[in-house]
Amino acid sequence: MKMKFITIDKKDWAKGIDKSRETYQLFGPVKDENGCRIDALGADVQPDMNYTDSVLSAKSVLFPQSEKILTTSLDESVEDHHIMKRADTDYTPRAVIGIRPYDAKAVLLVKMNFDTKDYRDPYWCDAYEATTFVGLGINRPGPFDFSTSTGSGPFNEDGLDILLADMDDKFLAKVLTSKGEAFAASCGFDVEADAKESQVLLDVLKKEAESNITAAVETDKLAGKTILDLHEAPFWDDISFSCINCGTCTYVCPTCWCFDIQDENKQKASTRFRNWDSCMAPLFTRHATGHNPRGEKTQRVRQRFMHKLKYFLDKYEEGIMCVGCGRCVKSCPVNIDIREVAKTMNGYEKQE
Amino acid sequence: MDTCIEKIRAIARDLLEKGTVEKVLGFADGTIPMATSPIAITSKEDVDKLTFTSTCGLNLANYASKEKGKIAVIAKGCDSRNLVTHIVENQVQRDNLYIIGVPCTGMVDKVKVASAIEGEISGFEEDGDTLKVTSSLQTLTVDKNDVLKDNCRYCTHRNPVLYDELASDLVEEQELDNPFPDVDAIEALDPEAKWQHFQDLTQNCIRCYACRNACPLCYCPTCFVDESGPQWVGKGQNKTDVDTFHFLRAFHCAGRCTDCGACVEACPMGINVRDFTRKLNKDALDMFGWEAGLDITKRPPLDAYSPEDPNDFIK
Amino acid sequence: MENPYMPYPVRIDDIQIATEDKSLKTFKFVFLNEGDEEKFAYQAGQFAELSIPGVGEIPIGIASSPVEKGFVKFTVFRTGVVTSHLHNMKVGDIMGLRGPLGNWYPWDKLEGKNVVIIGGGFAFTTLRSSIIYMLDPANRSKFGNIDVVYGARSPGMLLYREELYEWEKRDDINMHITVDGTDDPDWKYNVGFVPTIVEQKAPQADADTYAIVCGPPIMIKFTQPALTKLGYTEDQIIMSLENRMKCGIGMCGRCNIGKELVCKDGPVFTLKELNKTPKEY
Repeated sequence: MKMKFITIDKKDWAKGIDKSRETYQLFGPVKDENGCRIDALGADVQPDMNYTDSVLSAKSVLFPQSEKILTTSLDESVEDHHIMKRADTDYTPRAVIGIRPYDAKAVLLVKMNFDTKDYRDPYWCDAYEATTFVGLGINRPGPFDFSTSTGSGPFNEDGLDILLADMDDKFLAKVLTSKGEAFAASCGFDVEADAKESQVLLDVLKKEAESNITAAVETDKLAGKTILDLHEAPFWDDISFSCINCGTCTYVCPTCWCFDIQDENKQKASTRFRNWDSCMAPLFTRHATGHNPRGEKTQRVRQRFMHKLKYFLDKYEEGIMCVGCGRCVKSCPVNIDIREVAKTMNGYEKQE
Repeated sequence: MDTCIEKIRAIARDLLEKGTVEKVLGFADGTIPMATSPIAITSKEDVDKLTFTSTCGLNLANYASKEKGKIAVIAKGCDSRNLVTHIVENQVQRDNLYIIGVPCTGMVDKVKVASAIEGEISGFEEDGDTLKVTSSLQTLTVDKNDVLKDNCRYCTHRNPVLYDELASDLVEEQELDNPFPDVDAIEALDPEAKWQHFQDLTQNCIRCYACRNACPLCYCPTCFVDESGPQWVGKGQNKTDVDTFHFLRAFHCAGRCTDCGACVEACPMGINVRDFTRKLNKDALDMFGWEAGLDITKRPPLDAYSPEDPNDFIK
Repeated sequence: MENPYMPYPVRIDDIQIATEDKSLKTFKFVFLNEGDEEKFAYQAGQFAELSIPGVGEIPIGIASSPVEKGFVKFTVFRTGVVTSHLHNMKVGDIMGLRGPLGNWYPWDKLEGKNVVIIGGGFAFTTLRSSIIYMLDPANRSKFGNIDVVYGARSPGMLLYREELYEWEKRDDINMHITVDGTDDPDWKYNVGFVPTIVEQKAPQADADTYAIVCGPPIMIKFTQPALTKLGYTEDQIIMSLENRMKCGIGMCGRCNIGKELVCKDGPVFTLKELNKTPKEY
């Protein structure tokens, strides 16, 4: 489809968003005393389009922290007892407003896990298909943003249906997909802008924004090293010393998707849940016999960085499993910095 | 507090050179403003990595008890009390510790600093009690005493209670008429408001367990939330399960917590985890005259019986 | 594609105590819905998630063989929450089965070859599936010599004892049954650890022989050198691994060793593939 540009006067913005509620459940950045999070927007809540960053990523829109996947009754007098059925989830169309471009790219990376040629995770995939991603370009990337060195960027379009650029008194919207077109129509945003001029404006903003990014991650030599060489490298003990093995980095990260499956019963009603889990947890890999292949902290810390920067890279050849949002760097209680770890891994030469 | 950095490094260098200890546990400069990272120095060439600033809010006793062999550890007042608790609870041997005591004038609350300035912080400098904070939009000068962590505001044990060597002179302890105004404020609420206060507190919890893992008291090989045979607590976001984790953990810390604030510092969601333990600390003081970690020879009140113990709960 | 988290409903049709200390039981499941058995068509070497609503799921190797129709069998060791619950269930109880999951022994590569099967303890389940598959009249001619070394702590701890003794009598398969020790004077077979019997009785390697090894980590640790001594190369040794699993479909991220997921890229790997991965299993 032909790239379409729409101008949205900020005076018309809130009204348009409200009109879209007729068709979409809305999600977006909401500020509270602790910072900002991407949440479902209540009926009279507008997305905060001036936020600097959110502590948690947008991944919970498609991948809630606790999600019901199957239900059944354990009451043997009920027909179909012990036969599991898919839990009811609301998949009416959703739109995430103001998602960062790096979070949208992260969705595409996560999709590689949940939508494979052998299996399709219906919960994540159905949510993905129901969701329209309306992204907001980042005019002033913060000091933790290193998205440009991971293949993303402040005006990157991967994974977005619409890219918005904040131009003071108006938004310039680049409609990228038919889903985006449908969303714009549902808001009643229809003032078209000249495509050529608009692209030029966007390119200027993009260049300006990218030039403000000073943080970077070094990964160019990772593909050329073997998994075993990196795994057996001597620096992991030093890197992992300060780690307290909480789940902070994995939970704030938009590309972390490990989960646990647990059954919870309330009297005779049984529900199978899917909950976020973390490779940092000491019991993550513990066998029922008590044997734990990653029982030591160093092994777990090494696993996280090897997965993000090497295993994923080798398995899919689509770059590292990191979009440079910087949330882990900001939130880690002991300041373990993925950029430093990547630098160490990238520069490592095995001593023969 | 910057003069003590040189002293800390000198002590560490000396200890490693002489082989008195195998490791020195301290803090190193972080990669982002206002961050420091716990570090273990094993060779004297590396001692210059050690630092000590008002952003060293984590508790190194958490790491000390996991080390085997003889180590040195930097300890502020609260940290040293946790080391005492570890010794009393047999988590570490006194002989295996060389405690480098650092009298502390308080740690900075990073959230308070961040909310005082517009834009993301890109620089932070300390000069005595004066802090210079920079962002892309502003530069601000702040008095440290205005942005202290809450636990430091009410601290009455700034000097280490147990140490092998001091890195700087002892400081004057604060005299507080009431060290628990925050607890009083919650106690004054009616039951519904009180319950709501705690419901609001756990609202944003993501069960990352950073609070538990940063806490030196939480050293159980298998935490009660991780037990599976039987399973005590659900692992999802059910509100009751989230609340159970926090309330029960607080009770496990009763009479042992030194209010070091590592839990609050570690929490990525900005939850004031201390609200769960403060009341129990007050109760320990009121009922048993007890403050944790002051005396290496005394056992905590929930661990010892005396006929003088208040028994008014037995009706 | 169907929902891969949804188990096929099954009914427990039979329960047999598999070992003398009762720590293992063999469960026979029958599908409740017509058509599910066809959908569950599996190969020897695969596993399935036994799904007990309200309790949890466990990944267990399929013990029955693709040539056995009308049911699926699993032998389960009681060790944790779910397995204990399963051990207390009764014939007629309803639960679920998810699968078949994982890859299988490389049957196409093994055609025309000699196969040496080495198993220890209760890791023999998928090996039973394999042996019955190979011995089936429709398949036997596809393979050369079949040697089996299988050992357990004592005679009463051997799985599928009756079937083992029957196979021992056949002349189209060489059985080397062994136990670590026994005080039974009538014990007719070998006494000795599996690695020792492998060294003594397994055939020398040649270009046409493959070894399939399945057992507890300690057995594998000592069997590997024995096979190397007999001349087996890295890609002639085929292993089946275990790891902590939850989803079984390669999505929850728990069971990885390096970039391989044991539930999806495995559980069957050649030693050559494993030597390229970190030993986190």
